[in-house]
Amino acid sequence: MPEALALKDHSGESRVFLERAAIGFAFFVFLTLLLVARLFYLQIIQHDVYATLSDKNRISVEAVPPVRGLIYDRNGELIADNVPSLNLTITIELVDNLDQTLAKIDDLIGLSEDEIAAFYRRLKRQHRPYEPIPVLFKLSAEEHARIAVNEYSIPGVQVAAKLVRHYPKGALMAHAVGSVRRMNESDARRLDSVAYSGTNHIGKIGVEKHYENLLLGKVGYQRVESNARGVVMQEIDSLDPVPGKNLKLHVDSSLQAAASAALGNRRGTIVAIEPATGGILALVSKPSYDPNLFVTGIDQATYAELRDSPDVPLFNRAVQGQYEPGSTIKPFLGLAGLVTGIVDTDYHITDPGWYQLPNEERLYRDWNWHASGLGGHGEVNLDKAIYRSCNVYFYNLAVKLGIDHIHDHLTLFGFGKNTALDLPEARSGLLPSAQWKRESRGLPWYPGDTVNIGIGQGDMLVTPLQLVTAVALLANRGQWRAPRMLMEGDVIVNSRSNMKDVDLVPQFVWDSIISAMEKVVHRGNQGFGENGTAWAYIGQDIPYRMAGKSGTAQVVGIRQGEEYDEEELTERQRKHAWFVAFAPIENPQIALAVLIENGGGGSAMAAPVARQVIDHYLEGIQTNQVSQR
Amino acid sequence: MLLIAVYFFGDEVNGSKRWLRIPNVIGFQPSEIMKLVLPMILAWYFHDRHLPPKKRHVFWAVVIILLPAALIVRQPDLGTALIICASGVLVLLLAGISWRFVFGTLGVGVLSAPAIWFLLQDYQQRRILTFLNPERDPLGDGWNIIQSKTAIGSGGLSGKGLFEGTQSHLDFLPESQTDFIIAVLAEELGLLGVVVLLIMYILLVGRGTIMAIQAQDTFGRLLGGTITFTFFVYVFVNIGMVSGVLPVVGVPLPLVSSGGTSILTLFSGFGILMSIHTHRRIML
Repeated sequence: MPEALALKDHSGESRVFLERAAIGFAFFVFLTLLLVARLFYLQIIQHDVYATLSDKNRISVEAVPPVRGLIYDRNGELIADNVPSLNLTITIELVDNLDQTLAKIDDLIGLSEDEIAAFYRRLKRQHRPYEPIPVLFKLSAEEHARIAVNEYSIPGVQVAAKLVRHYPKGALMAHAVGSVRRMNESDARRLDSVAYSGTNHIGKIGVEKHYENLLLGKVGYQRVESNARGVVMQEIDSLDPVPGKNLKLHVDSSLQAAASAALGNRRGTIVAIEPATGGILALVSKPSYDPNLFVTGIDQATYAELRDSPDVPLFNRAVQGQYEPGSTIKPFLGLAGLVTGIVDTDYHITDPGWYQLPNEERLYRDWNWHASGLGGHGEVNLDKAIYRSCNVYFYNLAVKLGIDHIHDHLTLFGFGKNTALDLPEARSGLLPSAQWKRESRGLPWYPGDTVNIGIGQGDMLVTPLQLVTAVALLANRGQWRAPRMLMEGDVIVNSRSNMKDVDLVPQFVWDSIISAMEKVVHRGNQGFGENGTAWAYIGQDIPYRMAGKSGTAQVVGIRQGEEYDEEELTERQRKHAWFVAFAPIENPQIALAVLIENGGGGSAMAAPVARQVIDHYLEGIQTNQVSQR
Repeated sequence: MLLIAVYFFGDEVNGSKRWLRIPNVIGFQPSEIMKLVLPMILAWYFHDRHLPPKKRHVFWAVVIILLPAALIVRQPDLGTALIICASGVLVLLLAGISWRFVFGTLGVGVLSAPAIWFLLQDYQQRRILTFLNPERDPLGDGWNIIQSKTAIGSGGLSGKGLFEGTQSHLDFLPESQTDFIIAVLAEELGLLGVVVLLIMYILLVGRGTIMAIQAQDTFGRLLGGTITFTFFVYVFVNIGMVSGVLPVVGVPLPLVSSGGTSILTLFSGFGILMSIHTHRRIML
């Protein structure tokens, strides 16, 4: 340091500094002269232009919001429309006394505390001068008239018609299409305020959310000159808004209605897929709600009722609900057994009605276990294990496969992953593995865990959408089609899943599994303990070939310490009924999953619902073909 | 006395330097403080080194500039980041960095601009276009510029008279007390008023430059010069932006715009400048 100081050339430095400072200062004087030149140009040369603009007239820019894209079902039926709504707005710059104005509006047509608070929140957001801020939506004709008569006494208050979203099918399509809602604070902060100027709504759920960018369109503007009284004198320039793109979905309104009717008032869900495309034909989750309530604003009481209902109508069971798959997992495990060669189609066990791990006391029971020792399925191969839904066979198979094989094979079918292309709420379920258990619970994987997985119990969770996607993959004999809502247009591809076709499975394996699932429905008149589990309920007069599998899932939703009254407890603790199916077997047109919450037995409760839905769809296709001829 | 003052500043600078490297702290409002602290750090960095600076020292100086600038860009506050970069570059210029280096860097930047342009995403390109030409976007930034130009232009030679401005008082003009206040001034006092203001600014800058030249040590010189020159950059960028020759970046007009922190920074700057001047006399 001292050497550096000693060698410092002080006079040289200050000479350089002097030179630089002088150059800098001269440059600044030059820049200042540039500014003066610019101001001279604006204030002297162009003075007349601007003086006219400023004195006589005012220029204002109005955002012209784009029309939101419409949504159609696969048959061209409209499922999301835009209808005019009369909105009351306040242009704050024209108001002398805001409190008085609001009080006056309250006098005329009523204005609640909530609505006033919401208005103040909107007012606080960034907005352009002279931009009308909405106060009330969806005025009736009478309310409009009352405001119109008194308009002279409340300057700045206006009623204007604006297009808002309308869902003509109401609650029927709520979970399939999603909905738009009014923008809230965090939306307003997050979104591009220009792109959304003049727009009060944003797609919040489902397809409306996923395709927001396509549906929104591009905002236009209109620059107008108005005189001091606010009367528009002329339009200076304008840019037309570009309407949002119309979307066509795979969903079939008539099938959706049939599925909803088949479920009736029960809590549950039905998802149907076209196996060839992965297109979702129906997505029903019950109970549902009317999405139109949210578009123009829902009152607190109604919202609280929806939110707090024990039936959770706002919850989309089809994509968010995560349930144990129960016995519906068996065909997939059977497939894993055949593919790995750990069992073949002849391999059989003798089922006494229970299963025991070596060196363990615990009995894992079959569903027809009986204390007399007369239960069980006797001699069982894979075929029978599927159509009779034999637990002991699959306890044994699961243990022979081991958790690693099970995990790898079920992964191929999309379990434990979110593979939905355009359903933003979809969840990924849970496909347990030894690694997962170690990481999440800090526990080793026990053989007993594998036994439970054999019948789709324990920790494994699937969403109905995942299950139907896996069934469609079976129907396609390994051809992977990611589930999707959008039929036409560019699907915004979701890179979360890199699913592939399952092409290493020999043809005979597909044949065996599908044939066993066919027997679930069609094998009948074979005597006690020999018929397909669903035959008695749906298989006796069926005009086409259907492959199916029933299941029951234990209720996992009951949190510890939660209190129900006695009646409620028994009802809500009943098992969920599953049925998955596809048909016709030779040319699969539809795959579906039905889940009835607390419904009881899958074959008895869920299979008839599945049959009704498939009947409806295949009849529809037939009538179409006939009418086309 | 001067040594004590320098040590005093030095401590503060070193403290700030370390404090800066904790990136999360930049979260609240140190960007304002940085407008002063960065020139201090750089002046301190150069004050006991050979000038003109060697390449190695220039490299570290650039790092010292870009570090806070990058953090502030991420806030995001592009305007302040640019001002801070500008003040850092001014220190380098005043320290006597070679012109060849300056123009070389500029040249490389200009030449590589087209390449960078094609690397950008579509929406980024659009944003830059709007940034360069706000009238493309009359619902966003364009609105402000259209209104401020109307306000300025309608002012004419002598203006509409104090408090008579129609644009500003009818709320057409946004931010009329902060960033766009020069438009109000131009509307109400006209070209003459603005020119008088500009002359006062130039006198102030000239006086600051002389004070910096008269400083006896490198630290004082560099710091004084940079404070003065940065002051002018504010003036130029603000008026340029409001009159529609520069893109809109949020920069206040010094000594005129209302706003607590910027005033504080500004007066601290002048305080330092005067302190540099005062201590010179004592040393003589």
